[in-house]
Amino acid sequence: MEAIMSRSVVLFTPQLTQVRGMATLKDIRLRLKSVTNIQKITKSMKMVSAAKYARAERELRPARSYGAGAKAFFESTELEQDKTQPNQMMVVMSSDRGLCGGVHSGICRELRNKMNENKGSVETKLVVVGDKARGILQRTFRENFLLSFNEYGRKPPVFADAALVANAILDVDYKFDVASLYYNTFRVTELPLFSQEHLAKAEKITTYDSIDEDVLRCYNEYALASLIYFAMKEGACSEQSSRMTAMDAASKNAGEMIEKLQMTYNRTRQAVITRELIEIISGAAAL
Amino acid sequence: MAGLLKNGIRAATLARQCSRLAVSQQRSYSEMSFTFASPANVYYTAANVKQVDVPSFSGSFGILPNHVPSLAVLKPGVVTVFEEDGSNKKFFVSSGSISINEDSSVQVLAEEAHPLENLDAQAVREGISKATQEVNAAASEKAKAEAQIALECYEALQKALEN
Repeated sequence: MEAIMSRSVVLFTPQLTQVRGMATLKDIRLRLKSVTNIQKITKSMKMVSAAKYARAERELRPARSYGAGAKAFFESTELEQDKTQPNQMMVVMSSDRGLCGGVHSGICRELRNKMNENKGSVETKLVVVGDKARGILQRTFRENFLLSFNEYGRKPPVFADAALVANAILDVDYKFDVASLYYNTFRVTELPLFSQEHLAKAEKITTYDSIDEDVLRCYNEYALASLIYFAMKEGACSEQSSRMTAMDAASKNAGEMIEKLQMTYNRTRQAVITRELIEIISGAAAL
Repeated sequence: MAGLLKNGIRAATLARQCSRLAVSQQRSYSEMSFTFASPANVYYTAANVKQVDVPSFSGSFGILPNHVPSLAVLKPGVVTVFEEDGSNKKFFVSSGSISINEDSSVQVLAEEAHPLENLDAQAVREGISKATQEVNAAASEKAKAEAQIALECYEALQKALEN
């Protein structure tokens, strides 16, 4: 009686562990396959974004000189922003696509800090380019949205995109006193934008000859489009490079996981075989 | 002996400082930091050129170093750059802005800018006939204005190629 009891106990436990062991084996195999697939995806994404980064950087070089030229006038007239003024507008450049490290969340964090600083005194409106930033900011700042743009980020930016954004900003006719453009250049950069009235009031503008209101307006509109273009190009470049690093890190992590899973898989397989052997031997002995 | 050396050194430093002063005077007289770029290409970055002729809505004018600060808007036409060695280069620009700052730096930012050699005469002729048709067939004021702008641009292109 006791022998039977003891035998049944001995038979019982290995079977339980064996069942559990086999289920774990299948689980591990499944997990291994899925992690390997994901590693293939992240590796290919890294290579694609490396190619896109090379192209974006190549296009950025003339865009940098162009942007420097557009900024030169504003720097030379030494226009300054008075941040305590009531109506503010912030233009945010991000993109539609994710999996690029911290670029979108970084720029939204910076923006959130700025908005929280100004909360009581100033009214800030947001112009957001890119779905990612819109998604992040919509949760807390829905009432502050003025315009948002999407379908942006799949193809490299061209001047026509910037002109579209600039035209929309001018058309919406929000009278702002202070405006800034936020974009990424491996860290969040802020570029001041100026309205036409602000330009006309600047003291150094009188040194400029033969300017009438029409010329000033045309100049300002074109400068707005140029600065937005410059910010778009810089943002695209830094997004691609951030994606490259992120995907590279992801591939490495996936590789480590695969190694560990492989180890566990081998050990589990060996354990299962050993248990089966023990089972059979002890079963034979019982007979 | 030490006194002689010190005087010698001082004289040398003074001479160097004077020459730097003379050079800087000369530089501010004849230097113009010229930047000419479009979103796609940059042709000159803070380059030193002798003169630049630009077509603007307030008339074509030439910019020499130490020009009075000004702003202008580009009209479709030819920008001619006279370089330091005497040669000149011509580019066709579609639109954009010109700014001349106090420190005699000039920025010409064009939406589209191409060297004249890249222009195709045949395409320009076809463009003119098509644009003329569109002006005549235009339905609304806005469409007519847009067609008119296109026609003016093509005519400027043709004039640029003829010269």
